Amino acid sequence: MHLMKPEQYSLRQEELAGWPVSIETYKLGDVYHCTIANVDPGARFARADGSTRQEAEALAIEKATRYLAQTRKFSK
Amino acid sequence: MAGNTLPGVLVTTDWVAQHATDTGVRVVEVDVDTTAYDQGHVPGAAGWNWTSDLCDTLVRDIVPMKKLEELLGNSGIDNKTTIVLYGDNNNWFAAWAFWQLKMYGHDDLRIMDGGRKKWLAEGRDLSTDKPSFKKTTYKASGPDLSLRAYLPEVQQVMKNKSAGLVDVRSPQEFTGEILAPPGLPETCQRGGHIPGAKSIPWAKACNDDGTFKTYDELKALYAAQGITADKPVIAYCRIGERSSHTWFVLKYLLGFENVKNYDGSWTEWGNLVGAPVER
Repeated sequence: MHLMKPEQYSLRQEELAGWPVSIETYKLGDVYHCTIANVDPGARFARADGSTRQEAEALAIEKATRYLAQTRKFSK
Repeated sequence: MAGNTLPGVLVTTDWVAQHATDTGVRVVEVDVDTTAYDQGHVPGAAGWNWTSDLCDTLVRDIVPMKKLEELLGNSGIDNKTTIVLYGDNNNWFAAWAFWQLKMYGHDDLRIMDGGRKKWLAEGRDLSTDKPSFKKTTYKASGPDLSLRAYLPEVQQVMKNKSAGLVDVRSPQEFTGEILAPPGLPETCQRGGHIPGAKSIPWAKACNDDGTFKTYDELKALYAAQGITADKPVIAYCRIGERSSHTWFVLKYLLGFENVKNYDGSWTEWGNLVGAPVER
């Protein structure tokens, strides 16, 4: 069985399109994996892979921003 | 989880690292992000897809018994196997699988405390190999519908207050400010909550590292909203997976006798013609 360890794991919070999100990134083998979740309720909704951390995160952030722009807010 | 938990229902990442490939143990990953398993998983773990493996793909319903028996048999699981579930989003869909497996009578079920997030953060081994399992024959029982609430029961409870209703979605979903979690598709016509429901978001049951809070913390969290063991409880969210997480907490970490998951949840109630909504 081929085993790898996740490296350079990071988890941080940022605001995208007015929404707080958490950005989780780690490297596995030669690939960086980035996943973005809304902070509340904590659901993953965008992810991307890349050969560098910057590439994976930029792609995931681009997707996340696009999806978040479609979230409507209603007044009571 | 420290404190007075029911014995054994939670296992630590350390325990899984030591026992994942033991005879009689099967670790299973179930994620919101159905690609996560392929990126890398606990070595030896099976991967189940909640959108295809754990539901009826024609009728909106839980997985049919025969299909579940095939899934378990193909995963090398028999009726005596210790199944350890884990996944992303602090075990949302691991809890969804746990709920369904309990309905179909599987006895020895555990959840890996902290889920995929904690496993990754601890830098533990991952594998991209898909293990092959010797097929088994699995015989399910049930389903035990005492664990599941259907719409008519929830409508009754709304009227006669015979159970505590717990809305585990985010406060913004509860108030109707948004119709779905940010970034996800809207799946209802109206926002708000079932009249009389208490807002106790699922995430309040977890620590930052994804593990569950202590017995005393959990008990206080629900008691503060009048949710106690002496009264039946029905939990709901949007599609039933977050509420299965809360169902697990109430039934297996706090030991409440009568807890049901209303998996029709807001996608049913918020689309129902004439259903009263509170904001």
